[in-house]
Amino acid sequence: MSANLSAIFYLISGILFILALRGLSSPETSRQGNFFGILGMVIAITVTFLSIGNFSSGFIYVLIFLLIGGLIGTFIAYKIPMTAMPELVAGFHSLVGLAAVFVAISAFLNPEAFNLGSPGNIKLGSLIEMSIGAVVGAITFSGSIIAFLKLRGIMSGSPITFRGQHLLNALILISIIVLTYLLCSTQSSNLFWILLAVSFLIGFLLIVPIGGADMPVVISMLNSYSGWAAAGIGFTLENSALIITGALVGSSGAILSYIMCKGMNRSFFNVILGGFGATEQSFSKDNEKKPVKSGNAEDAAFLMKNASSVIIVPGYGMAVAQAQHALREMVDTLKKNDIKVTYAIHPVAGRMPGHMNVLLAEANVPYDEVFELEEINNDFANADVAFVIGANDVTNPVAKTDPQSPIYGMPVLDVEKCKSVLFVKRSLSPGYAGIDNELFYRDNTLMLFADAKKMTEDIIKNL
Amino acid sequence: MEIDPFIFRLSIFILSIFIGYYVVWSVTPSLHTPLMSVTNAISSVIIVGAIIAGLAGNSESIFNTSSIFGFLAISLAAINIFGGFLVTQRMLQMYKKKKKDK
Repeated sequence: MSANLSAIFYLISGILFILALRGLSSPETSRQGNFFGILGMVIAITVTFLSIGNFSSGFIYVLIFLLIGGLIGTFIAYKIPMTAMPELVAGFHSLVGLAAVFVAISAFLNPEAFNLGSPGNIKLGSLIEMSIGAVVGAITFSGSIIAFLKLRGIMSGSPITFRGQHLLNALILISIIVLTYLLCSTQSSNLFWILLAVSFLIGFLLIVPIGGADMPVVISMLNSYSGWAAAGIGFTLENSALIITGALVGSSGAILSYIMCKGMNRSFFNVILGGFGATEQSFSKDNEKKPVKSGNAEDAAFLMKNASSVIIVPGYGMAVAQAQHALREMVDTLKKNDIKVTYAIHPVAGRMPGHMNVLLAEANVPYDEVFELEEINNDFANADVAFVIGANDVTNPVAKTDPQSPIYGMPVLDVEKCKSVLFVKRSLSPGYAGIDNELFYRDNTLMLFADAKKMTEDIIKNL
Repeated sequence: MEIDPFIFRLSIFILSIFIGYYVVWSVTPSLHTPLMSVTNAISSVIIVGAIIAGLAGNSESIFNTSSIFGFLAISLAAINIFGGFLVTQRMLQMYKKKKKDK
């Protein structure tokens, strides 16, 4: 197949990828969008085979490795529980990063295969492009591994900070630039390996100081990086499908990071520099003396039975307790009693963008009952009961009233405007931000101290 | 003076960033998780580079250092392609509208 013809097919697959993302603008068109994505991938792979046209014995090995990866991927996709989506996505990011690094290594060792010159005499532009691809790929890989370990709970979610951290990171970043420059002027393979090692290290150091609840930002940021890495390799290979896709994924991740930062009213750099949540642990003890009304499942069931509208506010605690199915059952029972039930989702609820929506969808909650913060926030004033399950900081009225608070200015759900608030929580401990929630001590709040799933099941029995 | 082909690739790249910007803002927030998994899958189109690398060896030596990295990259990207598209499909199947019962 001629190079021009294959370039046109790569363009077509790039367009199909754009349509794949476009499909996600509504759930009805999304499945079709996913189909376009698959089609684009099939075209890109087929065209690559045809354009090489060398069906020698190597071909069978390509198929074998493709099949091995495909089987593993298929197995994971069907086995993974929906609550594990954040770590799955982090894991997948690391694979994209590593694949980009491997392709860059391959191109560096055997540039003839890619028409980039000969070893030790690679075209300057190509060498710069492949270095960028390799560096960003390596950062994506090691950063995603850390994110994966933190999300999986293998590594503590609390931020790890040490003195001189920012200085060290800055020095490493400068050394990456210097190494890239030296690599381009000497073409030394030793420098190439050092550059890769340093990039792996910085990816690791960048993510280590970031705490668990900032994971929505981290995971979107790594999503973005994996795109830029792919684009860097795309420039090296002069392949428009890769360039288009890399740019799409890169900007997609960047927008998600922006939305997540805005959901927390924090600047991107504030999150990246890390350490949030490590400093604010010293909340005053006299709060514990404040009166708290606590109730049991019976009280909660009574309140909800007599309500005419209920708003559910899910958070990360619901995911941890796997309470989404029990929750849906409870809502079904309420609806049978002609009570209007809706769900309110804060942008940073959970550990990744859209985390709560997927869990509710898994529990068969129709998506047109689920609302975003801006859509539903005015409804709290007219609702009878707010049922907060596993959320905390995103409901804290302090964000609106106290300029001293670390979460001041963060958009929050106005649950306190409901006639009564039911708060399912295991204890009075503060949320991730380390600040006390004023809501616990309000007159119209009833605390339900229990595991989210167990409490929901008990309420169902009492309805 | 002739324009370097790099400039054309750069143009594609920058225009695609703009397309990405507008397309992604139109994605409904409830589908942000599937958005992440599908972008994962499509960024694995990097497999085309891996295939070129894997097939670069000649018939006497299919496996040299360069092609081995290519083969490994093929597997990594394939995990992502299959895993990414299938898990997205699985999630999207769950998004259902309210049934008109009662």
